[in-house]
Amino acid sequence: MSTTAPPPPKKVNHIGLEVLPYKGSKTTLCAGCGHNSISERIIEAFYDLGVNPYTVAKFSGIGCSSKSPAYFLGLSHGFNGVHGRMPAIATGALLANRTLLGLGVTGDGDTASIGIGQFMHLVRRNMPMIYVIENNGVYGLTKGQFSATADLGSTLKSGIPNDLPPFDCCALALKWGATFVARSFSGDKKQLQAILKTAIAHRGLSVIDVISPCVTFNDHVGSTKSYSYMKEHESVLQELDFVPAFEEISVEIPEGEVMDVQMHDGSHIRIRKLQRDFDPTDRFKALVALEESEARGEVLTGILYLNTNRPTFLELLNLGDDPIATLPESKVRPSQQVLEQVMEELR
Amino acid sequence: MSTLEVSPAEAVPGQPSRSVVNDFSIQVATVNGSGSQTANTVLMRSLFQMGIPVSGKNMFPSNIAGLPTWFTIRASKHGYIGRRKEIDILVAMNPETAREDVMKLDRGAVVVYDEPLKLDALRSDLHFFPVPFDKLVAPVCPDAKLRKLVRNMIYDGVVAQLLSIEMEEVNGALVKQFGKRKAKAAELNWGACKTGFEYAAKTFSNRIPYRVERMNATTGKIIIDGNAACALGAMFAGVTVVTWYPITPSSSLVESLIGYMKRFRHDPETGKATYAIVQAEDELASIGMALGAGWAGARSMTATAGPGISLMSEFVGLGYYAEIPTVIFDVERVGPSTGLPTRTQQGDVLTTATLSHGDTKHPLFFPCSPEECFSMAIEAFDFAEKFQTPVFVMTDLDLGMNNWMSDPFQYPGKPIKRGKVLTAEDLDKLGGFARYKDVDGDGVGYRTLPGTNHPAGSYFTRGSGHNEKAQYTEREDDYINNMDRLAHKFEVMRKHIPAPVVRIAENARIGFVAFGTSDYAVRESCDQLKAEYGIEVSYLRLRGYPFTHHLTDFIRRHDRVYVVDQNRDGQLLGLMRLEFDPDLIAKLRSLRYYGGLPLDARTVTDEIIRQEGK
Repeated sequence: MSTTAPPPPKKVNHIGLEVLPYKGSKTTLCAGCGHNSISERIIEAFYDLGVNPYTVAKFSGIGCSSKSPAYFLGLSHGFNGVHGRMPAIATGALLANRTLLGLGVTGDGDTASIGIGQFMHLVRRNMPMIYVIENNGVYGLTKGQFSATADLGSTLKSGIPNDLPPFDCCALALKWGATFVARSFSGDKKQLQAILKTAIAHRGLSVIDVISPCVTFNDHVGSTKSYSYMKEHESVLQELDFVPAFEEISVEIPEGEVMDVQMHDGSHIRIRKLQRDFDPTDRFKALVALEESEARGEVLTGILYLNTNRPTFLELLNLGDDPIATLPESKVRPSQQVLEQVMEELR
Repeated sequence: MSTLEVSPAEAVPGQPSRSVVNDFSIQVATVNGSGSQTANTVLMRSLFQMGIPVSGKNMFPSNIAGLPTWFTIRASKHGYIGRRKEIDILVAMNPETAREDVMKLDRGAVVVYDEPLKLDALRSDLHFFPVPFDKLVAPVCPDAKLRKLVRNMIYDGVVAQLLSIEMEEVNGALVKQFGKRKAKAAELNWGACKTGFEYAAKTFSNRIPYRVERMNATTGKIIIDGNAACALGAMFAGVTVVTWYPITPSSSLVESLIGYMKRFRHDPETGKATYAIVQAEDELASIGMALGAGWAGARSMTATAGPGISLMSEFVGLGYYAEIPTVIFDVERVGPSTGLPTRTQQGDVLTTATLSHGDTKHPLFFPCSPEECFSMAIEAFDFAEKFQTPVFVMTDLDLGMNNWMSDPFQYPGKPIKRGKVLTAEDLDKLGGFARYKDVDGDGVGYRTLPGTNHPAGSYFTRGSGHNEKAQYTEREDDYINNMDRLAHKFEVMRKHIPAPVVRIAENARIGFVAFGTSDYAVRESCDQLKAEYGIEVSYLRLRGYPFTHHLTDFIRRHDRVYVVDQNRDGQLLGLMRLEFDPDLIAKLRSLRYYGGLPLDARTVTDEIIRQEGK
């Protein structure tokens, strides 16, 4: 009998959890679907930052994208709602319990068509949550119709071109009040991870539009949301480095064109400018940059805008720290004297 | 009671030879936006303060200013506070409608009118009392801009004089109406009121056939509208998340609630709100937020009317299927479509009971009075959490927006019950749970709230097919088992839904079944049928859906049962037809009114007589 070496110590994050509790059930999406890569990045980001999965609430609407919350963070409560109306459900849940970390996952069909109104109002409220748009320009679950983010001239598999201009969800979010706006590509592991981590640390609404190719219905020549189109047309704004609060770091900013933004939880996002002069705290310039890149036929990715100052919707409501959902009766049912006072006023 | 004095106005034919005491109706015809609401409320309240049972009904247009409005005040020594069709005293202030208003009156009625309208030329069988409002208001209201608002108070004075309403009570009602902060406005209005009184005393020597005498039938009572009563109920139920979108006639429910919550629901130590009220972007969002909040453990609610109910349909199906508690107040108005937004109807009953696609059934509560608005609101929140489902509190514009005399509300006697919610400690003991498993046999599973700090605490909520463990499934047996459990849960609700109020008349062969605001007309009609035709009628007032055995027992007991609906298609009757046996259905008759005004007893009585062939 040979002696076996003791098993290697299990790898855990800084709250002592392995990666397993951050995973979900097995995906039922197509092999190679961009959404699966995004699920993996979500698992990594929440694991790396040591977010307690019990404090997270997952929300989604209807569509391929909206199935994916079942495939990550299995220990978190999840709510797969109705088409385009995830923002309302998330808003209600976060009103009830402001201590939850809200993570919404939606698609371009869910957000940019039926859900455009709720999306805009979520943005306007700066509801503190993460809003990931898995954007493939096509309705997958109903087998390949154009969505409202499909680019002008982009074609269906059958060759039919799209003759309407797209909604740019980042531009909408920028214009109407989201405080963290980023675009990424499901194939860009490092960038998407850093953006998700920044969103976890951000206090406010994070809108992350992730180009996430549909391998079955929109990955052909003629599509502007394909893997090959993104490889040729992605224009990366910055190199991103997220430093969590629990890591001992030197607060000195490294040499070069680097912007260091401290988040409310003490973490830092370091943004190293690449090709062009771009300031992610300037909303107006971000809008201009989106317009310019569109004119050049580029897909701009990176952090488009970050504002750590604007109050969130929940902060405007003068709530206490405890979730209002579970306040005791003594706090939510006024006394008999109050009823008698009101009755007297009505006599 | 002295009713012996003979009216001197004998020249008018058809008038009663004795004056009628504490039993009449006044209709004030004005244009909306003219401030008449204040004058009307003061008039109503002064009768109330004299101890006379009174009700006020506002018939107003869907408009901000300039269109005709009628306010009807009924005084009834018998305590009837439903609408009365016949008008005894008309105050005609609106040139647009004055002619038609006068022509509709029964002979012998009294008309107080703006002198330049020259209404006395129209008929010779009425009592006319011309008042030069513009001339009278100028000296008491030097500010010309305010005259339009103040001149209405003059008719309060005139009517008070004609009916012998005590002026101290009118003053008391005025002070109550304006409050201490608007003492100057109260004084200005009081001046106008006195001017009217003095003018009438000086000018009119004729007595009218109606007058008031002090009673003590309103001692301790309050005056409140149903929307405010629902709001108070919600506050005392411990509501924490309120989401809404403005729509007539439900807006004032949440607006009242905002007022009360600001006063009484902030933590006295920290000043922090113990609630969140959010005006959503539409009804799709307000119901979504209410469900999201209910899912996360809040006592949540929204308030709406018919068009909002239609919009909420899809989400309500999700609430039913995913089993999420919330309370929806539906203050019904006249449909279909935009319909008559400022008129009343019980038009949403059938839609709401089965709202959303697929097999869905929802519990409905039917309050008929402000007291029930208050008590049923509290009950509805307990019910929603007990059964983990959306609950509808069905009121209507008549109940919601009109002022009602009411007994004061009773403080809830039972503590708040939050239903089957497992905590982390519970999960430690149990080792885990299956969200949709019927552990207790009542069809209601145990739930956990997001944020539960336990590895076995989470589950995935979805509107798609799910099994006991809340996992996605398209299996035939899983689907059927789940739907059968939901049906069983609905059956269990029958034992917990508010039971009807049943009044059996011993010799009655026929009965009424009614709900909500039809109650006032039906009760009065029972008395009319007995007094005028010798017909005894039993009466069952429904207070909730699903139906209970009381209803079927009641139908069996009688030869014919008249189901009273304030809608064209007999919606409550339709709902009964869906589940009753043919022998019971054969006994049912439909009595419907759908003109948009509150139901009145005479309409009910006449219809019974017609259908009974008497």
